[in-house]
Amino acid sequence: MIKLLVGLRDWVDARLPIMRAWDTHMGKYYAPKNFNFWYFFGVLSLFVLVNQLLTGIWLTMSYVPSAEAAFASVEYIMRDVEMGWLIRYLHSTGASAFFAVVYLHMFRGLMYGSYKKPRELVWIFGMLIYLALMAEGFLGYVLPWGQMSYWGAQVIVSLFGAIPVIGPDLEQWVRGDYLISGITLNRFFALHVVAVPIILLALVVLHLLALHEVGSNNPDGIEIKKNKDANGIPKDGIAFHPYYTVHDIVGVVVFLFVFCAIVFFAPEMGGYFIEYANFEEANALKTPDHIAPVWYYTPFYAMLRATTLEWFGLSSKFWGFVVMGGAVAIFFVLPWIDRSPVKSWRYKGLATKIAIPVFAVVFLILGYLGAIPAEGTFLGMERKAAAQYLTIVYFAFFFLMPIYTSLESTKPVPERVTMR
Amino acid sequence: MSDGGVNQSRRYFLTAATAAVGAVGAAAVAVPFVKSWTPSAKAKAAGAPVKFDLSKLEPGQITTVEWRGKPVYVLRRTPAVLEDIKAQEDKLKDPESAGSIQPDYAKGPFRSIKDEFLITVGLCTHLGCAPKYRPEAGSITPDWRGGFFCPCHGSMFDLAGRVYKSVPAPTNLEIPPHFYESDSVIVIGLDGGAA
Repeated sequence: MIKLLVGLRDWVDARLPIMRAWDTHMGKYYAPKNFNFWYFFGVLSLFVLVNQLLTGIWLTMSYVPSAEAAFASVEYIMRDVEMGWLIRYLHSTGASAFFAVVYLHMFRGLMYGSYKKPRELVWIFGMLIYLALMAEGFLGYVLPWGQMSYWGAQVIVSLFGAIPVIGPDLEQWVRGDYLISGITLNRFFALHVVAVPIILLALVVLHLLALHEVGSNNPDGIEIKKNKDANGIPKDGIAFHPYYTVHDIVGVVVFLFVFCAIVFFAPEMGGYFIEYANFEEANALKTPDHIAPVWYYTPFYAMLRATTLEWFGLSSKFWGFVVMGGAVAIFFVLPWIDRSPVKSWRYKGLATKIAIPVFAVVFLILGYLGAIPAEGTFLGMERKAAAQYLTIVYFAFFFLMPIYTSLESTKPVPERVTMR
Repeated sequence: MSDGGVNQSRRYFLTAATAAVGAVGAAAVAVPFVKSWTPSAKAKAAGAPVKFDLSKLEPGQITTVEWRGKPVYVLRRTPAVLEDIKAQEDKLKDPESAGSIQPDYAKGPFRSIKDEFLITVGLCTHLGCAPKYRPEAGSITPDWRGGFFCPCHGSMFDLAGRVYKSVPAPTNLEIPPHFYESDSVIVIGLDGGAA
């Protein structure tokens, strides 16, 4: 029997290099042995992606993408389809979990300089994945056709209208109607279940291929390929399989504890994962009292809302669009604005060690401000003013990065990785 | 010039010409896909004018009429409100409605045919949320005199739909084409001449 299977394997391998692929990406892919907690989130992103694909395919089997039937079909899934509630909650919680692990994955890159040479392309593909994910999340949130779906779509599609000259036509082209309607819903469905997932998968493949070409970074930011033994194997490396595959299963299990707890006990997460207004069917005549995007967009939404500039005779609506787009796009240039000779913040100077935590806190507070109503106060300050100051700090982190990373004094990076 | 009889410049020209023709072809193929996203005949056909009887409104009362799937606010303003509208102009971004959308017959400070009735599209000119009617003084800001407040991004408009300064909305609320069919019945969606 074994002989037969080995024979089959060799037959295929002579025609398709499966053994070589396995070695390149698993068996002989040498990852640094000093990975810490933060290195679980890449694998977890893949794990959640599989969850989204699987549950998503199952949801399309009962969902009806039309303005008349969409809302009712989601309720049908929740009440009448066997295990439909579980499939849907796995998908909706999975969306939030996807962003949670991706944000932590990105923060890891920020701390340890994983975007720096030679991993610029890995970072860019990662950012493109993040963009595709934001589009996918937005498109998916429209599908249940609740009040928040409708007005969220109205606000986001209106953003296109802020572009000078072509804006209004572009906005209508995206909607396919003079307002958000069933026509819009239908095309968003097509994009959400077919177009964007294909792009997303292709980008994930490119992200991994680029990563496996240059090799993984590590908490010390040391290039392990510079220190190889007689067999050409990095001294600080360890084969991804079986060591990290088994190691990551532990991470997946811990993640599943948290994930399942949310799916079973708090799938709406107090209105943060599924907003309360979305339990009411879309009504084109009435905006909900408080409209906010799902939590993973709120930092950018807060910046959009805080922008009241009217530079060069262009509207604040346009500048809001620019600020929001810029806040996302600026991550792309990280590899070139970080001028530090070292990668990891462990060996960078005081400025970076202050800047990164401050940035993280600012990002979280902006996220909070974006989730609560625009009027009112925050810590005794007008909320709009608070969001404006924080937006400035957010951008200062990037704009000042070339200065503080080149001025600060760095510590010498050791030859070999440290296990702490 | 000759690599075993290969004419490189001719080869380059043929490659470039083929690529250029191919690119034109690809652009032509894109046309139906791009066109397909524009509003369909069905979407264009929906959008007939609607009628509304103004005598149903008490002074100070507002109602929402649906026109082309959009909310249209119809507000009956009291004389006190009209006085107030004139007193606020220094706080407005576009008091003359020069950069805003409205028919010519609704250009004045009250932005209506009859001062008493405001007919405006109830969609914020910022990102299209439906602003709320908040007539109570002081309810939004301490010096709030009554108007429309957008819950999405905090844009504020006076009771003539004119936008205040330093809010995200760029222009005043849009006034739809409308006319009085009789003393109390308005038709929304058509200018008077077309009736």
